[in-house]
Amino acid sequence: MLKNFLTPDLYPAMPEIFLLVMACVILLVDAFLGKAQRWITGALTLISLVGCALITYQTMDGQVVLTFSNMFVDDLLGDFLKLLLYLAVIVVLIYSRDYLVARQLDKGEFYLLVLFATLGMMVMISASHFLTIYLGLELLSLSLYALVALDRDSPRAVEAAMKYFVLGALASGLLLYGMSMVYGATGTLEIGGVAQALHLGVANKTVLVFGLVFLVAGIAFKLGAVPFHMWVPDVYHGAPTPITLLIASAPKLAAFAMAMRILVFGLFELAQHWQSMLMLLAVLSIAVGNLAAIAQTNLKRMLAYSAISHMGFLLLALMSGVVGPDRHFALIAYTSAMYYVVAYVMMSLGAFGVILLLSRAGYEAEHLDDLKGLNQRSPWFAAVMLALMFSMAGVPFFVGFFAKFSVLLAVIDAGYIGVAVFAVLFSLIGAFYYLRIVKLMYFDAPSDAAPLAASPDMRFLLSLNGVAVAAFGLFPDALMTLCTSALLRSL
Amino acid sequence: MLATLSLSHYLILSAILFAISIVGIFLNRKNLIVLLMAIELMLLSVNMNFVAFSHYLNDLAGQLMVFFILTVAAAEAGIGLAILVVLFRSLSSIHVDDLDSLKG
Repeated sequence: MLKNFLTPDLYPAMPEIFLLVMACVILLVDAFLGKAQRWITGALTLISLVGCALITYQTMDGQVVLTFSNMFVDDLLGDFLKLLLYLAVIVVLIYSRDYLVARQLDKGEFYLLVLFATLGMMVMISASHFLTIYLGLELLSLSLYALVALDRDSPRAVEAAMKYFVLGALASGLLLYGMSMVYGATGTLEIGGVAQALHLGVANKTVLVFGLVFLVAGIAFKLGAVPFHMWVPDVYHGAPTPITLLIASAPKLAAFAMAMRILVFGLFELAQHWQSMLMLLAVLSIAVGNLAAIAQTNLKRMLAYSAISHMGFLLLALMSGVVGPDRHFALIAYTSAMYYVVAYVMMSLGAFGVILLLSRAGYEAEHLDDLKGLNQRSPWFAAVMLALMFSMAGVPFFVGFFAKFSVLLAVIDAGYIGVAVFAVLFSLIGAFYYLRIVKLMYFDAPSDAAPLAASPDMRFLLSLNGVAVAAFGLFPDALMTLCTSALLRSL
Repeated sequence: MLATLSLSHYLILSAILFAISIVGIFLNRKNLIVLLMAIELMLLSVNMNFVAFSHYLNDLAGQLMVFFILTVAAAEAGIGLAILVVLFRSLSSIHVDDLDSLKG
């Protein structure tokens, strides 16, 4: 048996291998560092991520390469999502540094767990086998559970960690049960093999659809779509804000990749079945997310419900790629889904970034009232928050508007005019709570007059984030073209 | 004797175990340890599915998956118990009903 063993082609997995080696090195280095030298861990973490970005960029050639016995795929979709992922994690690290230092949470564990979570997301993005999807997902989830409980003395954070752990484990269980059913029906665990078995029609349809239900439930859990959204508000609210920032941004890219790999690359032949499930999830998410967000007084909790409604839009886009008369419509729909997730990550980073900007030692700016009169305290960051809120609400001409617009176009192309009207109506309802923040910032007197205490690099990056939301709104084509070509060369 | 056990027997048993674990997670109002046990039971029922299919299909990939799931389940139990210890330190209780400070 052993003589059949071939060394796999390691080249396509270079970024993952590099990050793993760097994480181990940092683990070792950090053990020898004192409290005063903690910045070295942070710097090494940033260097590793930049190194990963360089390697990914260098090896990006647009070819679809499978390696590790077809368990791992290197394609343009994966490379593109990975580059965005590194960027998102770097932004998270820079935004959260001051907050963590002020609360003495900037331990080595934080940086390492973030790196391992990043590695998990990279594996998830590049997975072409149920095993690698599961392993990547678990590496991500286990790191996140520990990160949520990072602030051990906060009962709220620990409670959030427990809830996240139990519901996350339940989601993994559902996903695995679905995988086992698909394995039983098709006899293979490879995504490509599953697609082939379905195409040949050799698989048992009943078992497949039964498994599909569990797979969709697992994916919906990870995305946080209604009715599997119970964990989202509690975790966003309870976790320390930098961790919320991480959970609300980068993992959405990985979850999008997972949904694409499983549903579109693997189970496309069952599209009519998962389409109706996704539509139900999307409609419920948009309705519940937007309505519940209105009632919130906590900013993090409000953004959690807003995340749920945004995930509803993402699912709408994924759903509408199915029924189009030719591949062209499918491409438009998946491009709009990808554009939406990229735009959402950008806005989410900015919005939680503003919360971190307003927080300082011993003070958490997480209530809506804490934003009162921001315009008088800092007109520039009030403008940044204004851009972010307008973008999330879908006011033209910000990036969120084009994201929503392209999704709605895809939905109408697919023939679901009723659903599109429904989504627009609920976005209008949702605009209320985003605009309420704008009103608080510009028309109310500040309740807290302390000057903003943020480091220059965070101010610069947050400004850049706000400008990017506005700039990509004025020139949406650049990002759209990138998304289209990434998908076109990977499908 | 063994020959009379067909694939569907295994699948039904694992489905029952899976259902018990889901019920255990949602109806359990007592203690978090039971919740962790329900999670383990869920992963084990999935393992039974994989092994049964693997034997029936004559394909080793399913059993390979089981090894990985077992390993990850051990890591997961480790993290779960660690969170439980931290929780007990701050709440002095491991009752599910006491996890109610976050709502809205």
